[in-house]
Amino acid sequence: MQVKKSWILLAVIAAALVASAAPAWAQAVAPKTTVPIDGEYGRFFSLPTDVSKNGHRIDNLIHWTHAFMAVLFVGWGIFFVYCLMRFRQRPGHQAHYELVHAKPSKYLEVAVLIVEIVLLAGFSVPIWASVKNDLPPADKAFRVRVVAEQFAWNFHYPGPDGQFGRTDPKLVDTATNPLGLDREGDPHAKDDIFALELHIPVNQPVICDISSKDVIHSFFLPVMRVKQDALPGMRIPVWFEAVQTGTYEVACAQLCGNNHYSMRALMYIQPATDLEAWLREKGKPPEEFVE
Amino acid sequence: MSVAVLPHTVKPHPITGVYSGKLGIWLFLASEVMLFGALFSSYVLLRVGAPAEGPAAWPSHADTHLSWKIGGINTLVLIISSVTMVMAWAELKMNNFTKGRWYLAATLALALTFIVVKLAFEYIPKFQHGLLPSTNNFFALYFTMTGLHGLHVLGGVIVIAWFLLPGSGLWHKDPEYFTNRIECTGLYWHFVDLVWIFLFPVMYLL
Amino acid sequence: MTEAHHHHDDHHHHPELGWWRKYVFSTDHKVIGVQYTVTALLFLLFGFTLVMIMRWQLAYPGKPIPLIGGLLGKTLANDGTLLPEGYNALGAMHGTIMVFLGIVPLIVGGFGNYVMPLQIGAPDMAFPKLNMASYWVYFCGGMVMLLSFFAPGGAANSGWTSYAPLSVVATQGQTWWLFGMVLLITSSLLGSINFIVTIIQLRAKGLDFFKLPFFVWSQFVTAFLLLLAFPPLEAAGALQLMDRLAGTSFFMPEGLVVSGIVQPYTGGGSPLLWQHLFWFLAHPEVYVLILPAMGMVAEVIANNTRKPLWGYRLMVYSVIFLGFMSFIVWAHHMFITGMGTRISAFFATTTMIISIPSVIILTALVISLYRSSIRYNVPMLFALAFLPMFAIGGLTGLPLGLPAADIQLHDTYYVIGHFHYVVAPGTIFAAFAGIYHWYPKVTGRTMNPALGKIHFVLSFIFINVVFMPMFFQGMAGVSRRLFDQTFYQHGLDVQGWTQLSSWGAWMLGLSQVPFIMNFFMSLRAGRKVSDNPWEATTLEWAAPSPPPHGNFATVPVVYRGPYEYSVPGQKKDFFPQHLAKAEA
Repeated sequence: MQVKKSWILLAVIAAALVASAAPAWAQAVAPKTTVPIDGEYGRFFSLPTDVSKNGHRIDNLIHWTHAFMAVLFVGWGIFFVYCLMRFRQRPGHQAHYELVHAKPSKYLEVAVLIVEIVLLAGFSVPIWASVKNDLPPADKAFRVRVVAEQFAWNFHYPGPDGQFGRTDPKLVDTATNPLGLDREGDPHAKDDIFALELHIPVNQPVICDISSKDVIHSFFLPVMRVKQDALPGMRIPVWFEAVQTGTYEVACAQLCGNNHYSMRALMYIQPATDLEAWLREKGKPPEEFVE
Repeated sequence: MSVAVLPHTVKPHPITGVYSGKLGIWLFLASEVMLFGALFSSYVLLRVGAPAEGPAAWPSHADTHLSWKIGGINTLVLIISSVTMVMAWAELKMNNFTKGRWYLAATLALALTFIVVKLAFEYIPKFQHGLLPSTNNFFALYFTMTGLHGLHVLGGVIVIAWFLLPGSGLWHKDPEYFTNRIECTGLYWHFVDLVWIFLFPVMYLL
Repeated sequence: MTEAHHHHDDHHHHPELGWWRKYVFSTDHKVIGVQYTVTALLFLLFGFTLVMIMRWQLAYPGKPIPLIGGLLGKTLANDGTLLPEGYNALGAMHGTIMVFLGIVPLIVGGFGNYVMPLQIGAPDMAFPKLNMASYWVYFCGGMVMLLSFFAPGGAANSGWTSYAPLSVVATQGQTWWLFGMVLLITSSLLGSINFIVTIIQLRAKGLDFFKLPFFVWSQFVTAFLLLLAFPPLEAAGALQLMDRLAGTSFFMPEGLVVSGIVQPYTGGGSPLLWQHLFWFLAHPEVYVLILPAMGMVAEVIANNTRKPLWGYRLMVYSVIFLGFMSFIVWAHHMFITGMGTRISAFFATTTMIISIPSVIILTALVISLYRSSIRYNVPMLFALAFLPMFAIGGLTGLPLGLPAADIQLHDTYYVIGHFHYVVAPGTIFAAFAGIYHWYPKVTGRTMNPALGKIHFVLSFIFINVVFMPMFFQGMAGVSRRLFDQTFYQHGLDVQGWTQLSSWGAWMLGLSQVPFIMNFFMSLRAGRKVSDNPWEATTLEWAAPSPPPHGNFATVPVVYRGPYEYSVPGQKKDFFPQHLAKAEA
């Protein structure tokens, strides 16, 4: 069997090529961030740490879906490989002209359909409905406006009065007023807090209103199982609840220009008292303006 | 032509009942429906989604400065041109080459009238009054959609002019083939008219 | 039917065509098919080169690119190190080139043009001049895309999806991209009209629709998708051009502030309008990429199992159903844009439904192997590899189609892995199968099987090394289109997979060397073979190799279905469609 030997040879060559690449592959890259980030990030086909109250529902869906996919693929693959070996062309072997009545294939297709319906109607639709409709009541939730721009996340807190001030694109000044807050014209705007970091309380629902100043971005909290496009001209609420304190990342998931890759912010999940202290500190007028 | 003779270029296919060119033009028109359909859908979406006030608000009918009279005249011009187009094909079908050609010439003249009216009484005065595509989304859609339609009219003008003058030699070689081509041109031309018949109320009346 | 007989003495009277008319501005579907194939293969190689450059930056961020870094020019790179704008330009052009200039022209323009008329027993396409025009318009579109690299600011850099408003405020390359797309769309439209008319009007006598080879069916449905899905993108392109050039606000809402400057747009437009128009095309486009591939795989599998395809009619119904459904699933690309419950439920449901016909086709192809007699030649290896690879690509679409799961996976590398499994080891493997399968028809010679097997094994291994790690990255939450994922902790933690994937890509590039050698050397050195070397049943093998102008010496008449292999009581194990009686 000449053919078989050459195949083995080929496989060896291929393996050698991969092996030759391995040393270079193992080269580590130095981290670019100085702030240590909490959580585990999947090394082999696993989801990142989940620190949210409801994220496990999404994780479960993803896991069940993959289990279903694996069953299908393995079952199908066994039949496939069996056919490849059993029905190879060889002397004395002939193909059958008559087609088999493959009832199992019909059962398979129906089964796929049923499982898909279950995954969709039983898991996905309720989760989606809860994500979209179960917004916590305003008095219970901690509310932040998230304004995306090339290439930063701006976080706008309402301040002690609990009311967001008016913003106007004409007032935007990249250095002093990136949100375009109307601090003169609107009394609610006076105490509003602006930061480049997201600080949220633990164990309390949070509503983020996502919008954008320029192009489309996407607000992605990997550890919270939250993703929402930031569309200019629209303000879209998302909600979640953290169950664990720590420092995590806010990512931009939608190509937004040259520095899309660096559009990263930090998310600090804090006990309510720490958060209040931070907000108080942030709310003070800058030192140089104090008479 | 050196190509091996293809069946059904002139004579209809016994089962489908059409010659290939006619089927081709119908398919082309189907794609054109999708093209203008997408634009009309965009019109609906943008109009429904327009802000209630501010510079981006949808302009009132008076603010569009479109005269339904001029639009109406152009509608009439195109409808008549459709009739002359059919007449041209009918005459050719009855073997009256000269008469058919006159009707074709009339169609061409009407098409040119449409373009002249569009430019001289609508586009140019609008530009002079500073009403540009960037003014607001109504004008953006108006200029884009009527502009694209205008390009289609221009395309029709070129094709009709071709068959009127250099292309008419085909009649002497193969009258049926030539008549078929006029039929296809006619189908296209009716479609261009039809688009206008949708555009006119949408832009001038609604 | 009289004119069909005009044919008989026609090819004796061809005036000899000049070189230009014969090989460059030819109206012969076979020459045009070869032109499409060669141009598309070059574009595929070019698009792949772009991604090999990008993979360096991904694996070793900020390090100068070895060998070719200095050639990249100032807009793309700085002293041989890729710039973010360069990365984005390469990314956008990789997508555009692979989809619109590589794969579709290869499997539709190339294979469709060459094989389909032969398989239906036609002397040529219904509109030969229009066919030539499609090729040259495609060629011009390709040139515009290539020249856009030299535009100020470089080529388009807003992704192949060109989402507004980013694309509207982007550098000049985007305008070139839009003009290029208008040309490519026009070319596809002309081509699709030609395909549909040819299949409807020019089938040989006796060749009913249900006797058509499955490849022809796949081309037929594909042509309808191109015909009806592309115009909305053309409209969208026109609107975006207006936004860029005439200052309209189709996709621009009020009050945009880019880099601190209030934009001069009146506003009132919708960025989502672009996405709807774009995906209305681009989802059917996915099926344009996969249906002809399924068609080719079906041809190769039927031929090399020496057995009729299982569930031929079922496959045909499935492919038609896929075509219809592909028009009403587009918004599953937009779940994360803030879609409500009802619309998302609708599009998720249609997405689940559309998976069923794909499962049916795949199952039918696998059941076709049962009780067959599998001939392991090179085209068959690629066709067989298509099946599990397409299965992976298709299955990983499932979590993406479930809106809730999509929250985590949307716009991550998981998506990249998913559609590359469909298109790269899926469609491109099918295309390789097609090339090895029909090469003898085009040239009269076979490609070298030993080189072909080396090509197959290496490609199969490395293509998985490239794309499998992407699922791991995606699960970890790494977003797509990142110039440097190590900015994020979750990117840093899976950087090893990124590097492996990059090495896989470069090795995959090397693995194509045997193919390229084989492709050109076999033109002269390949083994000369008969007109029907694979002992196939479909009509293209009834024509001489290579087929002359006008294709068939005698107009074929069809007596039976396309895959009559191993018919009981026959001497030979194949019964060609055009033979009235079995050969003695």
